[in-house]
Amino acid sequence: MSVIVIAVILTALMFDFTNGFHDTANAMATSIATGALKPKVAVILAGILNLVGAFLSVEVAKTISSGLVDEARITPVVIFGGLVGAILWNLLTWLLGMPSSSSHALFGGLIGATWVAAGSSAIKFAGVVSKVLLPLVLSPIVAGIVALAATYLAYRIATRGEEGTITRGFRLSQIVSASMVALAHGTNDAQKTMGVITLTLITVGALPPDAGPPLWVIASCGVAIALGTSLGGWRIIQTLGKRISEIQSPQGFAAETSSAAVILTSAHLGFALSTTQVCTGSIFGAGAGRRLAGVQWGVAGRMAIAWLLTLPAAAVVGALAAWVAGTGTAGTLVVAVVAIALASGIYMASRRKPVTADNVNDVPAAQPVPVSA
Amino acid sequence: MSIAWGSLLVVFIVSFGAAVGVVVLVTCALVALSARARATTVPAGSAGGSGGGLSASAGTAVAGVCLAAAAAIVLFGLYIIVA
Repeated sequence: MSVIVIAVILTALMFDFTNGFHDTANAMATSIATGALKPKVAVILAGILNLVGAFLSVEVAKTISSGLVDEARITPVVIFGGLVGAILWNLLTWLLGMPSSSSHALFGGLIGATWVAAGSSAIKFAGVVSKVLLPLVLSPIVAGIVALAATYLAYRIATRGEEGTITRGFRLSQIVSASMVALAHGTNDAQKTMGVITLTLITVGALPPDAGPPLWVIASCGVAIALGTSLGGWRIIQTLGKRISEIQSPQGFAAETSSAAVILTSAHLGFALSTTQVCTGSIFGAGAGRRLAGVQWGVAGRMAIAWLLTLPAAAVVGALAAWVAGTGTAGTLVVAVVAIALASGIYMASRRKPVTADNVNDVPAAQPVPVSA
Repeated sequence: MSIAWGSLLVVFIVSFGAAVGVVVLVTCALVALSARARATTVPAGSAGGSGGGLSASAGTAVAGVCLAAAAAIVLFGLYIIVA
């Protein structure tokens, strides 16, 4: 195995790590916000379940490795460029506390890098649209509708119950539903990196075309995403848990259950959707299901802009990285050094106003409405 | 370009049915359990008004059935993913 292949695999695992801490919020933001789980317990639980989830399915990995770009016309250097674009976009949006899609970033980076290195004909646009873009657009809407209906019904039915029992019950239920989302996240997102590494191994002939990921790839991706998740992306957890709507336990349960159902069903059918967009859609739906005016629609607008920018921005960075790296070993080293410098700069900037497990819920919030209201 | 509209529709229908089903079942279970909570705080013979008018034991039984049904949906979903 050549040095560049090893470098690509390590970079892919680094992306997987950033994907983990960027997306911890997807599973645990509402549970942390409602107090169903303590912040540190939540992220460790999410990490463990991400690891388990990584072993459940490889359908999405096959989509990534054989459905988006012509694997016969790209090289590991191209994949390296794409990954650099995805990692930098993930870190930037994490710094801003913006729950953008790691999947969009990955696909954007890969598409941009492939376009520069092998031309637009190397991109399987039909696969990109039908297997990636369409689900990415529709999934938050579907998740939002499902969560809205579930939340509305939960509140309607819960009015007949005793408030203490209802609140305690939903908090306990949230532990299960959040765990399901963490499991679903591991199943869906770890597979994307598995797909990228598998694609790399196919391009160098280490695996036959259309091969699935080997066990060591599945295990290493599971560990990387679990470690990232356990670190906890507190900035995004704060945004999803506290800045969209004042989430109560029935809403958290409905949102998480909806997210898990959409992600697992899609993963089973091989749709590489964005767990971030699904979970965000669910939280908005759950917010609207209780009280439409209780949702911060301005936050939704800013997220929508970030979502629209993610794919093209990661594509531009990926294309630039692939172009420089394609000039030779020196170019690849330049890309690696610049990427490390930028990542370090983003991390240093985050330390100026840190968000941690201790202050993640410290956001001024609207007066909560009783569960039975 | 062929878009798998059928599969997308399946995702929506299955997700909607599973998520709404589980949430409704769990909520019904909690409402039923409320009857038991009420029984410990409201004197016998009083009108509790919650738990759907169930007795404590009936409430517990209904809650058990609802939770078992919700668990069955979740486990079946996981089985489909793994199998």
